Amino acid sequence: METRTIKVDALARVEGEGALYVRVKDGVVRDLKFRIFEPPRFFEALLAGRPYGDAPDITSRICGICPVAYIVGASQAMEEALGVTVPEPVRKARRLLYCGEWIQSHVLHTYLLHAPDFLGFEDSIQLSKAHPGVVERALDLKKTGNRILEVLGGRAVHPVNTRVGGFWKAPARGEVRGMLDALKRARDEALATVRLFGGFEFPDYEDDYTFVALHHGDEYAIDRGRIVSNRGMDIPVGAFEEHFAEEHVAHSNALHGMMVGAGKPYLVGPLARYALNYNQLSDLAKEAARDAGLPRVVRNPFKSLVVRAVETLYACEEAVRLAEEYEAFDPAAVPITPRAGRGTGCTEAPRGICYHRYDLDGEGRIASANIVPPTSQNQKQIEADLLGVVQANLHLPDDKLKWRCEQAIRNYDPCISCATHFLALTVERD
Amino acid sequence: MGQRRPKLAVWKFSSCDGCQLSLLDCEDELLTVAGAVEIAYFLEATRVEIRGPYDVSLVEGSIGTPHDAERIRKIRQQSKTLITIGACATAGGIQALRNFRDVEGFIRAVYARPEFIDTLATSTAIQDHVKVDFELRGCPINKEQLLEVLNAFLNGRRPVVPPHSQCVECKLHGTVCVMVARGTPCLGPVTQAGCGNLCPRHDRGCYGCFGPKETPNTAALAKQLTALGWNDADIANAFRSFNANAEAFRREGDVHEG
Repeated sequence: METRTIKVDALARVEGEGALYVRVKDGVVRDLKFRIFEPPRFFEALLAGRPYGDAPDITSRICGICPVAYIVGASQAMEEALGVTVPEPVRKARRLLYCGEWIQSHVLHTYLLHAPDFLGFEDSIQLSKAHPGVVERALDLKKTGNRILEVLGGRAVHPVNTRVGGFWKAPARGEVRGMLDALKRARDEALATVRLFGGFEFPDYEDDYTFVALHHGDEYAIDRGRIVSNRGMDIPVGAFEEHFAEEHVAHSNALHGMMVGAGKPYLVGPLARYALNYNQLSDLAKEAARDAGLPRVVRNPFKSLVVRAVETLYACEEAVRLAEEYEAFDPAAVPITPRAGRGTGCTEAPRGICYHRYDLDGEGRIASANIVPPTSQNQKQIEADLLGVVQANLHLPDDKLKWRCEQAIRNYDPCISCATHFLALTVERD
Repeated sequence: MGQRRPKLAVWKFSSCDGCQLSLLDCEDELLTVAGAVEIAYFLEATRVEIRGPYDVSLVEGSIGTPHDAERIRKIRQQSKTLITIGACATAGGIQALRNFRDVEGFIRAVYARPEFIDTLATSTAIQDHVKVDFELRGCPINKEQLLEVLNAFLNGRRPVVPPHSQCVECKLHGTVCVMVARGTPCLGPVTQAGCGNLCPRHDRGCYGCFGPKETPNTAALAKQLTALGWNDADIANAFRSFNANAEAFRREGDVHEG
């Protein structure tokens, strides 16, 4: 009987704190736990009793990498609860803001956190020494994403210019259009990125995933749509809690997302969006995906790297389009009268769908809140992937197996800060 | 051979990762910084882990579990200079709102199996546990201020980070006062400068994310907020946000608690 123990106590290049434990006996994986030990922060509970307007700013602090997902999702839910609809120019400005978040988050993850795995570097600093031009391109692209957040939202991390009903101040037309040169350069850089990543070697691994994403007929879903799956689900956002549940397991401070009745994992994020919304991609993004060798549906989770690059390209194109047609709007936000109600909101955070539900009392104070971030939903699927990846790679020596596991976790760009709502890896081989 | 590069470590406690992200957001300076220091520990960015001691430790996040209370002591022992970054580390963060409530109730509200959760009843600043050499404020921190603080400590000088109010910053930038000109309630008079008067520039009152300025007169501001139509609940709510557990804000919030 073979006995091997592999131990990784803290997973790097993810956002937050987590660990992995794997026990292998007689060449079979007997136990595997993806642990999240990020301390709980109790957001739902600490929102109780606060005015409706606090929800976007407070929930944005769940995650410094994807604050816009929380700001927009919470705002939508509040607007539904309060019976208001934001005009189209406001929605488009939010979508432009969201493109900024997709660009900066995807570029941070792909180039700085995930790509080093494919090239055998410990980090992007090592990568920058070997390929300075690549990292310089990444940083320029990322900066453009952040620039959108600053122009529309006031700052890159935790924007201040957004509110329930719209914006505090409508972004100035000149400033928005002033980004166009940088956005067009970003589009070229994103296209070069798809080509670069398409040339990487990918571990041979596929699974028949249940994909879940927002879908909207007119555009690649970011800020609106119905919740659909490749197994025939097609529901409005308001029905989310009838179809999805969270389970609390002993080894994690994050709640595990499940489909009601199925008990099986599902996948949210780039692979799901790409599979379900391919038709809504731009021609350039489809062409770049084809040239990079991506099939119509990508089932190899390691190739999420390339899909993120395709989405970055799409987000740059979309940002160009939205900035070109941008006109300042007045009023900056729709007027709101506090009232009792319930509302839901759901958007495509860079890591997948992020759901909010709030109940308000007669004075517009928060009576109850429920927030389901993407990494909670992916956690079960991450464990399932790890099981498959470990089982398929038992021939690897411990250090290589460990690194492969980390890479498999990074496929999900897990935002562990979000899910606790990081990572140590322990592999025991008996 | 040149001089040994100083060893920089970045540590995370309970937080949103946004403040350490600010370092990665220094797109124009990141590679220069990475050249000037040896990044010895920075989990969000690298797998490399170099053993201490460390010349400079940046600490993000608040202390919310018994394990973390122990971990920060070990990090302090390993660090020549320890700098806390962001409202979680300097004041306990938004999660310190639990200090004002019943934590058992919080756990029951969020988690179906409360027995699995190991947490302290409070979320507290790093300063409450170990000696801190410098506190950089903000939710999130301002990346230019972060670069200034790093530059200062690497060169053996005190950082230029003014402790005056947002009001001073607004005047310096020529931003029209939202409270005087529009009657918009604003925490600027009691909040430390550093963000670049972002909210007033967006026609919004400051919401205090940089925490209390030096010697803030919160009671006088509360009077003005009352005159502008806010009731006690509104005022308590405003002081109880991202820096709720910072001494001056905590006291004023308590005064107006319903």
